[in-house]
Amino acid sequence: MAASPTADAALTRRDGAIVLSGRLDARSLATLWEEAVAAVTPGATLTIDLSGCGYCDLSGTALLLAMEERAGTPARLVGADPRTVRLVERAREAGAVRPPPAPGPAPSLPVALGEAVVRRLRDLGMRIAFLGQTAAATALTAMRPRSLRLADTLHQAEEVGSRALPLVCMIGFLFGLILAFQSSIPLRQFGADIFVANLVAISVFRELGPLLSAVILAARSGSAFAAEIGTMKVNEEIDALTTMGLDPFRFLVLPRLLAAVVMMPVLIVAMNLAAIAGMSSVMLSLGFPWAAISSQVVTWTGPSDVFGGLAKGLVFGAAVAGIGCARGMATGVGPRAVGEAATAAVVGGIVAIIVLDGIFAVLFYLMGW
Amino acid sequence: MVSASASAAVSDGDGVAASVRRVAMRFGATTVFENVTFDVRRGEVFVILGGSGCGKSTLLKLMIGLHAPAEGTITILGQEIGALHGEARRRLQRRFGVMFQSGALFGSMSVLENVALPLASFTALPPAAIERIARIKLGLVGLADAAHRMPAQLSGGMIKRAAIARAIALDPPLVFLDEPSAGLDPITSAGLDALIVSLARDLGITFVVVTHELASILAIADRVIMLDREARGVIAEGDPRRLKAESTHPLVHAFFNRTEPGGA
Repeated sequence: MAASPTADAALTRRDGAIVLSGRLDARSLATLWEEAVAAVTPGATLTIDLSGCGYCDLSGTALLLAMEERAGTPARLVGADPRTVRLVERAREAGAVRPPPAPGPAPSLPVALGEAVVRRLRDLGMRIAFLGQTAAATALTAMRPRSLRLADTLHQAEEVGSRALPLVCMIGFLFGLILAFQSSIPLRQFGADIFVANLVAISVFRELGPLLSAVILAARSGSAFAAEIGTMKVNEEIDALTTMGLDPFRFLVLPRLLAAVVMMPVLIVAMNLAAIAGMSSVMLSLGFPWAAISSQVVTWTGPSDVFGGLAKGLVFGAAVAGIGCARGMATGVGPRAVGEAATAAVVGGIVAIIVLDGIFAVLFYLMGW
Repeated sequence: MVSASASAAVSDGDGVAASVRRVAMRFGATTVFENVTFDVRRGEVFVILGGSGCGKSTLLKLMIGLHAPAEGTITILGQEIGALHGEARRRLQRRFGVMFQSGALFGSMSVLENVALPLASFTALPPAAIERIARIKLGLVGLADAAHRMPAQLSGGMIKRAAIARAIALDPPLVFLDEPSAGLDPITSAGLDALIVSLARDLGITFVVVTHELASILAIADRVIMLDREARGVIAEGDPRRLKAESTHPLVHAFFNRTEPGGA
């Protein structure tokens, strides 16, 4: 039989042998594979006639091995060229190593639950260790202020603060504007639209200013801290710092933490002023004079509203930066690790902000603020 | 010097797996190399070598169609790669395999899934057949027992071997390898060299290998070209063992005999 290297693979039977002809490669075997394996009688002697096979690569030999496996005995190859015989031998050697079993089924519920608890406890331990190491680095730096990396801290402050100002101002202005519009409708029914100024000022100074600024910090800087430090971890730069005798916490974490804590009040003040500007533009368009608006704000808000909000901001800033850096330091291996660290930093940061805000609400209530 | 000139054009398309003609590459005003001409014959292990920064990996990227040369033409498996676009170029790219320097395994897939990906994407084989073929490829490179591991769990040598298994998944006639033994210990590196030689001999695969590892070059190469940064092109071509013994070009002699250029 003439062997054509380009003819399609075909299966026929002759004198008890299975005749495979044409081209035996990955593309041409698609239609033939299952038919060829099914043609083998388990336990019977297998003879494969390859005299009409013009080309057989490793995919072709994989089919021959699959047929052998079904037969349960090595196949007798008839008419195969020496190269194909060599290939089959190579494939047999390669396939002779029994692969390990595939990963077993998912663990049972109690096992999964136990593993999840252990993971959580480890995570908690890591956070406590991070807090301790950061506290130690802070104390050491406080004792020797010149050891602080001032240039890096200022650079981080610029990234965290100055570069975030346009976004903070825009969101603050729009939020003040939206809040004023939304609240003016129900208050107008009682002829109380002048109190829109009080409502917006108090809610922004006490609650929304710090909260929104912290959410922006988490989204912009918390994720950036985790990604930066995570990439350094993957590139073994953290290990390099450690082996050079440099404390990664003082070198990397402290400048970011300090920058976030220092810049948060700046962002909150910018957010507050922008929100008041947004609210004022609505009040002015409703016909209230500037004097009336400013009088409402000044009379009905006190230092405790403004400074309470700023105090919350300091804590929010520390929490967001701390979580971002902690997630970066805990980055695992693999291409998804940095992305996962950044996501965990944002989610963890926002959850921490809300929880801390709840604690502050209770504290301020008890303190009568 | 054995041969400092470009090889003669080989018009017989059946005997040539890849053909590079008067190729130049520039980045802005910087010329990396120019007037590079050579042929890769079918079935041989062809090594592109040279010192750091001479443009070896750039030349490889031109040959696999990732970049376009500033001048000249590159013909791969009988088709000029620069003249093909879109699906036509992708069809040609499916006919050769590439192993990148880092391995470039997909981190979200197991080793087996990495090797099975081209088979699942470009053939209509049933899943059991795909798995069997992928396992044979992994067995060939000695990774049968690592099929279910993720790339992050592999050593450097295992990553390179898994990347070779993926590169030969579709049994291509031509495979490009970028620095296969870079960063590996001598034993792992020798194992990889033996694997390349056996794949070339047993499967008839043509290999184009970029490397500057002298031991690997002498172990695997049928022919080499040597690029040089200063000369901005090819300074030697031929059998590496003959180049080592006979070349009088100071850089070629220094490279193959591990001496300072111009030294003893």
